[in-house]
Formats: sequence, structure tokens, C-alpha cells
Amino acid sequence: MAKFAPYQGTLERSWHYAYRLICAAIFLFLITPILIIIPLSFNAQPYFTFTPDMLSFNADGYSLRWYQDFFTSSTWMNSIKNSFIIAIASTILATTLGTLAALGLSRAHMPARLLIMSILISPMIVPLIISGAAMFFFYSSVNLTGTYTGVILAHTALGTPFVVITVTATLVGFDYRLVRAAQSLGATPQTTFFKVILPLIAPGVISGALFAFITSFDEVVIVLFVAGSGQRTIPLEMWSGIREQISPTILAVATMLISISIVLLVTLEMLRRRNERIRGVTPG
Amino acid sequence: MAQAEATLPASGSASTGAPSTALTTADGTPLKVSIRRAMRRNKLLAFGLTLPLLLFITFSFLMPIFEMTFNSVDNRPVANTLHRSAAALQSWDGQGLPSEAVYAAMAEDLKQAAEERSIGRVATRLNYQESGMRSVMMGSARMIERHEPPWKEALIDINAAWGEGSTWRLIKRESGAITFSYYLNAVDMTYADDGSIVAQPEWRQIYVKLFWRTAWMSILITALCLVLGFPIAYLLANLPSRHANLLMILVLLPFWTSLLVRTSSWIVMLQNEGVLNDLMVWIGVISDDGRIQMVYNRIGTLVAMTQILLPFMILPLYSVMKGISPSYMRAARSLGANPLVAFWRVYVPQTLAGVGAGGILVFILAIGYYITPALVGGQSGQLISNYIAYHMQQSLNWGLAASIGTILLAGVMVLYLIYNRLVGIDKMKLG
Repeated sequence: MAKFAPYQGTLERSWHYAYRLICAAIFLFLITPILIIIPLSFNAQPYFTFTPDMLSFNADGYSLRWYQDFFTSSTWMNSIKNSFIIAIASTILATTLGTLAALGLSRAHMPARLLIMSILISPMIVPLIISGAAMFFFYSSVNLTGTYTGVILAHTALGTPFVVITVTATLVGFDYRLVRAAQSLGATPQTTFFKVILPLIAPGVISGALFAFITSFDEVVIVLFVAGSGQRTIPLEMWSGIREQISPTILAVATMLISISIVLLVTLEMLRRRNERIRGVTPG
Repeated sequence: MAQAEATLPASGSASTGAPSTALTTADGTPLKVSIRRAMRRNKLLAFGLTLPLLLFITFSFLMPIFEMTFNSVDNRPVANTLHRSAAALQSWDGQGLPSEAVYAAMAEDLKQAAEERSIGRVATRLNYQESGMRSVMMGSARMIERHEPPWKEALIDINAAWGEGSTWRLIKRESGAITFSYYLNAVDMTYADDGSIVAQPEWRQIYVKLFWRTAWMSILITALCLVLGFPIAYLLANLPSRHANLLMILVLLPFWTSLLVRTSSWIVMLQNEGVLNDLMVWIGVISDDGRIQMVYNRIGTLVAMTQILLPFMILPLYSVMKGISPSYMRAARSLGANPLVAFWRVYVPQTLAGVGAGGILVFILAIGYYITPALVGGQSGQLISNYIAYHMQQSLNWGLAASIGTILLAGVMVLYLIYNRLVGIDKMKLG
């Protein structure tokens, strides 16, 4: 039961509950489409809806056949491999480049800061279809279409803005006296970076890396334009699966992707709390 | 670090007040110079750290974008292949038929183009302007070898189109190195025979309508996101953080879930044999053969995109609302405002920064969306991006794709500038 102030009338009190109800409905709208996929992926029939067997909780209504389908399909296995190769490589590149740039951008004497920042963030703002078309023209003129290098470079460009933003945000509260202290104690710039700066900005770097990873892992438009048949990723397989011969295997894949995003979400939440603790802000 | 400790000059000159003596560092350089040097070094270091990424983005992202923009006016294939005719047509006044010299130049160009197999691109390109030009060009290039001068008679003999002034006026207009016809095409205009710009015939007008549909749908989606996102953000900002953090997961989970997962789940939810229709039939709201078509049309695009973009509205709203002290509302109430007035006149104005940030963000994302409309939009739910993809992959009219893309890009850039003004790109937060 909510506590009401004495001056709040009946109308206001009932509005309070109505408001909670509206919010619940919106949350339902946000989350149902994701949760509904999970039970449906265990459907024993090739349908996209709950069969009577499933609704009566009959064990025959459920099966793992779509998961089996997924794990025995060489196309899907290949796409997993491609997705991870591309996502991991572009995450490493994006995190390195992005962290360096963020360190530069956060220094007090950075010239033309806003201009450079706007340029570095632009891959996030430009609609993917335009980036995809543009990269297709350019990468085919330098023979990078249909190669891992091409897709990895394209995804690196897409991922860097996230790293720049998260690391810059972490550096806002950074105490540069620590750097000077390390240097006055005789640390080389490398030692200072790895022993002093990096541990302190690690939460920002890691969450930036996670953003870069998921951006690449989930990206399909650029892959559609730049990749060849050798670089088909999971989202691309899902895309053509939905367009051509939609089978419940897609729901099994979707369920596994949802579990990956839950893992990422939990990691990020833990990082956020750690970051707040370091800065002395106690999470409530 | 630069040696910046200032030392007073050793002699007593300071006390004599000589204005020429400046502060110097320990090694004798004037302090000003030393500071400037240190500053320059700091600037260089900061810039040097940023440089690798700046170069990378320039080469792998900005240059492709510029090249695409250039593609939208590039007409060199035609200009190069038909260079003799183009030069000869320079002196033609556009009246009647051109002279034998022009026909001879065209014959030369056609022969060479047939040999180099470059005629196909030219024929396709001219066909965009005037359907039928493809067969005129291809046919003539194939036949020209077997004909003898005089070329005027020969060409007209091959195809009667060469005996019409309009064909030559088209070639004269479209043989420059740069063309604006793609842009005209992208806004449903075209050149008339006399070179003036006129509207396309009714049945070929699609893009202006599509641009408006895209803008209108994006506004609708932004409005829906605001209406749905505002209460949620308010709730999250005002609950004790223990509960708020839990509920926040319900916002963040969709945000982190694959776009394709969410799009396919909307197909599962909304299709005719889908969960929602089944549920309504079961409850008895609709009959079994009265199932509502909710996907593969505009409703599908609208519903799915609203759900997908909703977190982008909630997060900026939440971070603004989090900073609004509850005492303003209490003060308004204690001064006699009823809850509605207090909310509307005191609370809402303070959230405008968040509304602006979230609104522009959602609008920018919506206006360029491709995947979701392509999968759940059917015919009526397609947006402008889908036509860019269509011209890139199916019709292969890359010039038109590039020009539509450039127009869209210009729109997004204007919004990006406004966003930058309003929020500041360096204050953008994630998650």
C-alpha cells in the first residue's frame, strides 16, 4: 500500500493506482515480445503460436527439436563462427582506438574538441542504410567487399562511438593528480597507463567494449552490403530466414541471443555499481 | 612535464621596477615561452592520442560517405563514352536535327563503345531518363559496324529515334560529367524535352510521397514513444532506487536484445495465426475468420518500431527527471496549485531538455530505419530506406540510391546539429 499525504484526495489516490496500472501495461508492451519467444522456441510443432498441447502443459507439446536443428546445421554453426570472429576483432580494434581517442579528448588542452567529437560520433548518427550503401561503393573500389577485413573495418567504425562516449564519461571524474604522482615516482608513460589509468577507467572501457561487441554482433545492414557468402553472420541468417522460409529454428536462435543479452546486461550493471563505488557515489 | 617553476631574476632589478624584466624559469627561458611550449606539447599529445581514430574514421567512414555523395551526381560513364558526340553537340542549337558531323561523332562513339563493351552502362543510364533509350543505344552499337557513311542516313536507318530532335536533346543534356537528374528523379521531377524541369507523370511519382510517409511515420513513432516513455521515466525517477533498478531491467533488456529477435517476435505476436490474434479469438473479441491483419502493413511497422525505439526515449528522459528535485512540486502544491496544474506548469517544463533529447534521438533513428520496416512493413509500411536498399540491390540504379541517400543524410545531419546544440554531443550518455 502506498503512503498518501493527508492533503491528497480520493481522486488523486485512485489516479495513483490507475497510473501504476498504465505503467504496468507499458512494461508489458516492452517485455512481452521478448519473453513470448522463449516458450515458443520449445514448440514441438512447426508453428509460431501456442498449440493446445503447450497450453495444457502436456510434455508432448514441448521439444528441443529446433535447438537440435540449430546445432546440427552447418549453415548456422558457420554463422556463429563468423559472428564471433567479426565481433571480437572489431571490438578489440574499436576499444583500442576509442580508448586512446577518449583519453585525448578528455585532456584539458584538446584543440577543436567539439568538432572532432562530432566527427568521431557520426557513425552512430548516420542511418545504417546510408553507411551500408556508402561502404559498399568504397569497399568494392578497394576490393574489400566479401572479405573479413572489410566487414571488421566497417564494424569497427560503427563501434568506436560507443567506446568514445563511455570512456569519456568515465574520465569526467578522473583525478589527473594520480598521473602526476605516478610520474613523479618515476613511472614510465606505459607503466602509468597500465598500472594507474587503465584500472581506474576499466569500467568505462569494458562497457564501451560490450557496446561495440553487441553493435557488431547484432548488425545486419552493413553485413548485407559488404559481406560475401563467406562472411554470413547470425543476424544475416536470421534476416534471410525471416524473409524466405521462416522456421521456428529462428526462435531457438532468438532465445539464445536473449540469454547473451541478459549476460551482457548483468555484467554492465555490475560495472556501473563498481564505477559508482569507486567515485564514492553509493548506489541506493 | 615542463619546468614551470618561476624564479625571480637574481639581481635586484625587480625592486628597481624595470618593466623589461620578465619572469623566467630555472633554466633562464622566459616563463611565457615555457608555458606556451608546455601547452603546445599538451595539445600535441592530446591530438596525437585522438589522431589514430580520427584517421580511421576519415578513411573508413567519412570518405565512403563523400564518395557516395559524389556518386549521386557522377555522370562520367556517359560523358567518357560519348565524348565525341558531346563535343560535337556543343555547337548544336537544339533546333531540328544536328549536322552530319554530330552523327559521325556518334557513330565513332558507338563503335568504340561496342568494342570496349561500355555501351551497356550508358544505355541503362539514358534509359532512366527516357524509357526506350536502352534498346536505341544497344541496337545501334550492335549494328553500326555494318553501315557506311553518310552517318545521318545510316543511324536513322538503324533506329528512327535518331531522326528525332528529342533524342539528341536528351543526349546533349545528359552527356556532361555531372548530372542532377538523379536528384530530380529523387524528388519526382524530370527534364522536359525543352530542358525545363517538370513534375514526373503521376504514375511515376513515388519518392516525395515516401519522404513524407517516412517523416510522418517517424513523427508518429516519436510521439508514441513520448506518450509511452514519459510515464515510465517518471515512475523510474520517483521510485526508491531499489525498485527502480529492478524495473530498469525491463527497459534495458529490450535495449540490449538483438533487433532481429525483437522484429521476429513482433511477427510471431502480430501475424494472422499469431499469439495476439489467437488470444483475441479465444477471448471471443473477434471470430476465427475475422482475424485482424496487424503485420506486413503500416500498423506492423508502427507497433514494432515504437517498442524497439522506446528505450531510447525513456533513458534520456529518466536521466533528466532524476535531477529534478521533488520540492518544486511540493512547493507548487503548498501554494495552492491542483496536481494537474502543478504537474503541467512546474514539472513538465523542467523535463523539456529530456523530451528534446529523446525526441530527436528517436526521430533520427526512426527516419533511417531499414530492417524492421523491411520485415514487418509489407507494402504500405515501407520507408525511404527500403527504397535505397531496393535501388542498391535490385534495380542497381546506384545514382538514384545515392541521391536519395544524400537527401536523407542531409536531413539527419540537420537534426544532428540541433541535437548537438540542445544536448551537446559530449553529454550523450549510454545505458
